[in-house]
Amino acid sequence: MENNQYLREEIIRMSGVNPTKCMKCGKCSGTCPAYDEMEYHPHQFVSMVDNGEIEPLLNSTSIYKCLSCFACIERCPRGVEPAKVVEAVRLIAIRRQGANRMTANDIPAMVDEDTPQQLLVSAFRKYTK
Amino acid sequence: MQRVGVFVCWCGSNIAGTVDVQAVSEALKNEPGVVFSTNYQYMCSQAGQDMIKNAVKEHRLTGIVVCSCSPRMHEATFRKTAAAAGINPYMVEIANIREQCSWVHKDMLTGTEKAIILGKAAVAKVNLNTPLIPGESPVTKRALVIGGGIAGIQTALDIADAGFPVDIVEKQPTIGGKMAQLDKTFPTLDCAACILTPKMVDVAQNENIRIFSYSEVTEVKGFVGNFDVTIKKKARFVNEDICTGCGACVEKCPMKKVPNEFNLGMDNRHAIYIPFAQAVPKVATIDPNACNMLKNGKCGLCARVCAAGAIDYKQKDQFIEEKYGAIVVATGFNPISMEKFDEYAYSQSKDVITSLEFERLTNAAGPSAGKLIRPSDGKHPHTIVFVQCVGSRCESCAEKGKEYCSKICCMYTAKHAMLTRDKYPDTEVYVFYIDVRTPGKNFDEFYRRAVEEYGVKYVKGMVGKIVPEGDKLKVQASDLIANRQLHIDADLVVLAAAIEPDKSARPLATMLTASMDTNDFFTEAHPKLRPVESPTAGVFLSGACQGPKDIPETVSQAGAAAAKVIGLLAKDKLMGNPCVAQSDELMCNGCSTCANVCPYGAISYEDKEFRMPDRTTKIRRVAAVNPAVCQGCGACTVACPSGAMDLKGFANSQIMAEVDAICK
Repeated sequence: MENNQYLREEIIRMSGVNPTKCMKCGKCSGTCPAYDEMEYHPHQFVSMVDNGEIEPLLNSTSIYKCLSCFACIERCPRGVEPAKVVEAVRLIAIRRQGANRMTANDIPAMVDEDTPQQLLVSAFRKYTK
Repeated sequence: MQRVGVFVCWCGSNIAGTVDVQAVSEALKNEPGVVFSTNYQYMCSQAGQDMIKNAVKEHRLTGIVVCSCSPRMHEATFRKTAAAAGINPYMVEIANIREQCSWVHKDMLTGTEKAIILGKAAVAKVNLNTPLIPGESPVTKRALVIGGGIAGIQTALDIADAGFPVDIVEKQPTIGGKMAQLDKTFPTLDCAACILTPKMVDVAQNENIRIFSYSEVTEVKGFVGNFDVTIKKKARFVNEDICTGCGACVEKCPMKKVPNEFNLGMDNRHAIYIPFAQAVPKVATIDPNACNMLKNGKCGLCARVCAAGAIDYKQKDQFIEEKYGAIVVATGFNPISMEKFDEYAYSQSKDVITSLEFERLTNAAGPSAGKLIRPSDGKHPHTIVFVQCVGSRCESCAEKGKEYCSKICCMYTAKHAMLTRDKYPDTEVYVFYIDVRTPGKNFDEFYRRAVEEYGVKYVKGMVGKIVPEGDKLKVQASDLIANRQLHIDADLVVLAAAIEPDKSARPLATMLTASMDTNDFFTEAHPKLRPVESPTAGVFLSGACQGPKDIPETVSQAGAAAAKVIGLLAKDKLMGNPCVAQSDELMCNGCSTCANVCPYGAISYEDKEFRMPDRTTKIRRVAAVNPAVCQGCGACTVACPSGAMDLKGFANSQIMAEVDAICK
């Protein structure tokens, strides 16, 4: 199995998350509203990063399916913060691809009355380096 | 000048592995006062102790320095050795070269250097030691047990059995505690009431036991063997000595809508009530917050129907003062509040209940007479979800949960799930768990039976959220092993709430000067070797006030605490600690600083006549220490602005000599 220690350390540094604190209760995945859309689920992000299995995560669409709603962060009994891990993996993927998928200039065109601001904020942090 | 012997212990390789013991004993040979120095493999062994005794005789030693483990470990051993060799036990000093030296250093050179310095400090101190003789204090042969649950009951019965009088103080109107609320007990499934109530009756009938129910401890003074305790007997507005417990008053009371705390608010009781049928003492109590007569003087029905004339609306809180030799804390636990766990919808739906509420729901004496029903509509639930570790092992949510494992939930959840499937085979029962922890005797077999014989569906994973929708509870959870998210339409959800120490424990600990951990559990004197004693002498621990415990464990700890109490009460006199504070009256200026900092109330002031240099006399106010109360903490010695306070055995001069030896 691949074990990318460099990326593991990088994700831990970027997210500030200590994946070894996870006690594998699955409450993050139990609470996740995007669960059915994801190939890899919040608890798997934490354990796979801990095992250094990061390439499959980078190549999966799961990193874009996370809504950044932070329910998993709110509910985690150990304070592991899985959404921050997902975000760090996503940032690594975006940085590798070399460009922002969304810039601040794109936002005014998206604003309309029906779109919650939180969605735009989430999209911005998701698709930007 | 003292004649000091130095004995350096190897402690096998514990010390000798990092400290050159030969070098230490050689180096200490040249210290002032040292006439003999040696080292040996195990100083605490019989051979090691004999070595000390022989050296005392041969070299006419007057002081002993043992370089070994922490004084908490073997100071008492070596003091006994000294006494056997004819030296005052307080002429022994321990240099801790294990915990504070060999165990924390890896390098032999550093370790050896530090061990020599610690040894020199001990030699410097022993040179200034003086023989001390401990005082004696009498023992009041009566014990106090605070809390009347199964822990308190068992402790009291065992102490009473040995012939000593015991008082139980219980804040509820009846003894019995949490166990009285339970339905069945794991792993044998005997009915809790069937095994508890005979014990409650034993307590009531035992001549050596007095029960102060509906009472609280409000003040504790004194020390081991001689505690002065004030007990507040709250007014129950019923004369306990006359009331026969017939219940006529309860039947007639018009205030019928008071939430019944015994059934956790799931049904109602009257303003005058007897908590449950087998209550001990079986005496009615009036709830002053609900009774019309007490609130506005309009009613008085109960007094009219009481044939015994026991109702007394004018009853006042009573304060009882009693002396005790030993105090046992058995204040127990409570489930934590589920209000803050929004994700489980506890506050939104009546059909999300805690495990203790489930106990009442399945108990034949409970609000549904033992029929398992949904609290919301009284219908029979078909799909039941149990969630474990709710608030337990919850590190990130200090404001609502607990960091520790509550220990009992795995077993009672298995019990609930099993009993449900046994009684109602048409139900589907899920248990969501993080880990199943069943290390007790016959415990794992019990859990496996729930799975294998009763078909309880155990799912590894937590419930993420619960949403009430129509008359269903939408449960969303993860099944980690199948790696999928589960969606279950449940009729009833049972939360295994974490348990916490009773709220009365913290103020009680302050009164007793007994220490607690950050979770408000009482700390034991030693986690392995003195598990039922508090570090405060004369205070003992029984049951869940010391940590989460099931019934078998609680009963064994209760017996152990009783044995310790009996050992204490069997003594006629206690040897005190001679290392207590003393005040130099000539230097004391009577400022009261020491009395203000003393946590034990050991210092008082007296006016004394002093002869002045010019042959006149003068009356001055000076401090006096009660050596029986003083615990030798030393707070007064550092607080005293004029340097009049000193601690015997740890005099300022001795401590400065140690510092000088270290800094030389």
